[in-house]
Amino acid sequence: MTATHLQRPRMSPAALAAWLCVLFLLLPILVVAPFSVTPHRYLSFPTDGLSLRHYQALLEGAWLRSIGDSLIVALGATALAVLLGASLAIAIWRLPGRLPRAMRVLALAPLIVPGIIHALGYYRALAYFGLLDTYAGIILVHGLKAMPFVFISVTAVLLGLNQNLDQAAQSLGASQWQAIRLVVLPNITGGLLSGAFLAFITSWDEVVVAIFITGRNVHTLPKLIWESLVDNLDPAVAALATIMIAATASAVIWRELVKKPARHLRPHPSQES
Amino acid sequence: MRNPVAVASDNLYLLLLVVPGLLVAVFYALPVLNVLLLSVTYPQPTADNYRLLFNSASVQSILLVTARICVVTTVLTVLCAYVIAYRVVHAPATEARLLLTAVLIAFWISVLIRAFAWVALLQPNGLVNNALMAMGLIREPLALVRNEVGVVIGMVHYMVPYAVLPLLGAMRGIDPALSAASSSLGASRWQTFYKVFLPLSVPGVAGATILVFILALGFYITPAILGGGKVVMIAEYISLQMTETLRWGVAAMLAVVMLVTVGALIALSSRLPNVSVAKAAS
Repeated sequence: MTATHLQRPRMSPAALAAWLCVLFLLLPILVVAPFSVTPHRYLSFPTDGLSLRHYQALLEGAWLRSIGDSLIVALGATALAVLLGASLAIAIWRLPGRLPRAMRVLALAPLIVPGIIHALGYYRALAYFGLLDTYAGIILVHGLKAMPFVFISVTAVLLGLNQNLDQAAQSLGASQWQAIRLVVLPNITGGLLSGAFLAFITSWDEVVVAIFITGRNVHTLPKLIWESLVDNLDPAVAALATIMIAATASAVIWRELVKKPARHLRPHPSQES
Repeated sequence: MRNPVAVASDNLYLLLLVVPGLLVAVFYALPVLNVLLLSVTYPQPTADNYRLLFNSASVQSILLVTARICVVTTVLTVLCAYVIAYRVVHAPATEARLLLTAVLIAFWISVLIRAFAWVALLQPNGLVNNALMAMGLIREPLALVRNEVGVVIGMVHYMVPYAVLPLLGAMRGIDPALSAASSSLGASRWQTFYKVFLPLSVPGVAGATILVFILALGFYITPAILGGGKVVMIAEYISLQMTETLRWGVAAMLAVVMLVTVGALIALSSRLPNVSVAKAAS
């Protein structure tokens, strides 16, 4: 036995354990794809031929409609979340006192309160306002649920900004509105964009509240997936899952491995709560 | 002549605070507070709903099942996340990036898709049972879904990335020179881990534990799909009260129990030194 043989890198127990845990994380994600190409109408592993019929099903009827609904709702919710979250972040950044600090708690609350409690509260409230099963209703709900992500992203950027900047602008003759528009906003574009992205994903994935407050008129994609999982395990879900997994994996790989190494980690919407 | 800086007023900022603030108060805070109210006013203004906590066997069993699943899930999740985070901090750069990329991919996959994948893997004629039977390890399919085993597997899978991130934050703050010093003074690898690294990572573990437990308490989708109606946690029980039995007061009471528990855990975490769930969550 030579010295080089002894020095050959072997996987340490710590590395082995870590990769086993990661395998556990990736395993279910890797097994979905084969199910999507089954030629049968029911969920099965393809043993007798392949078919793309379940991908085609996504472009028709209920699936296509729900993709459209989810896009409308997510865009509306993103706009609302950015308006609310950015306004609150800017105001709280700039104003002293107790009220802004109290508003901070309110702005973050939707992050911590479990989804089923939102479902319960909103079901009653939207029924009261006559907004159950309307685009306005679910956009409002998703916008409020997504607001904390914009708030956090924008606040993070504002903390690196000199608080006197807009006062300087005003003392040089800018109106308050000009100071915000020309001085503050251009400095927080990054926070606005990443907040908007997180808001969009929050709404796009949200299912717990949607189950209860939407019905025949508005039918978002997660709600359709949920119904399909509860009822009959439609293989179209496997096709959709394969597409979404491929998109997610390529985006993360591009960002983490190709573009640049992970710098910092962002808050992430939990769809469970 | 007035000082120009004094002219800079805060009116617009006040508007930016008050208008969205009112919107959030009316459309967010009121509906949630109404749940609190409902718990003591529906069907009549009494504390009857809360008495169920003490004299209803079904409510007590739901709370027990929820607590048990949350504790088991939290322990397994933090353990698994610790192993991954430990390796990310100690591995060569490329391996660390690969590990982190894998965690982030899992992180971003929708909860519905993950539950679906686990059903495909774990059901009686799913991949896991078929593989075990093909290898001759078992004769009958194991019951891996529609029970607590399936629910815990699905929940741990969902939560691990959430725990990795705060743990990683805490572990990156530990000076590697301390471990190096420990080894150079004669400690074995295990001693260095046990006596130096582990104690220093306790605040991260505490933060991750509380965060995971809070999130686990509210789980609805994963237990509903992987529990298949056989394992009912508090969130699903609330939804049954809303849609099946229409006992709004009971639903609201359980929602309050959940909120109070979450609030207490956050308060607890803010009293622990160096632990902040808000920090962990971000």
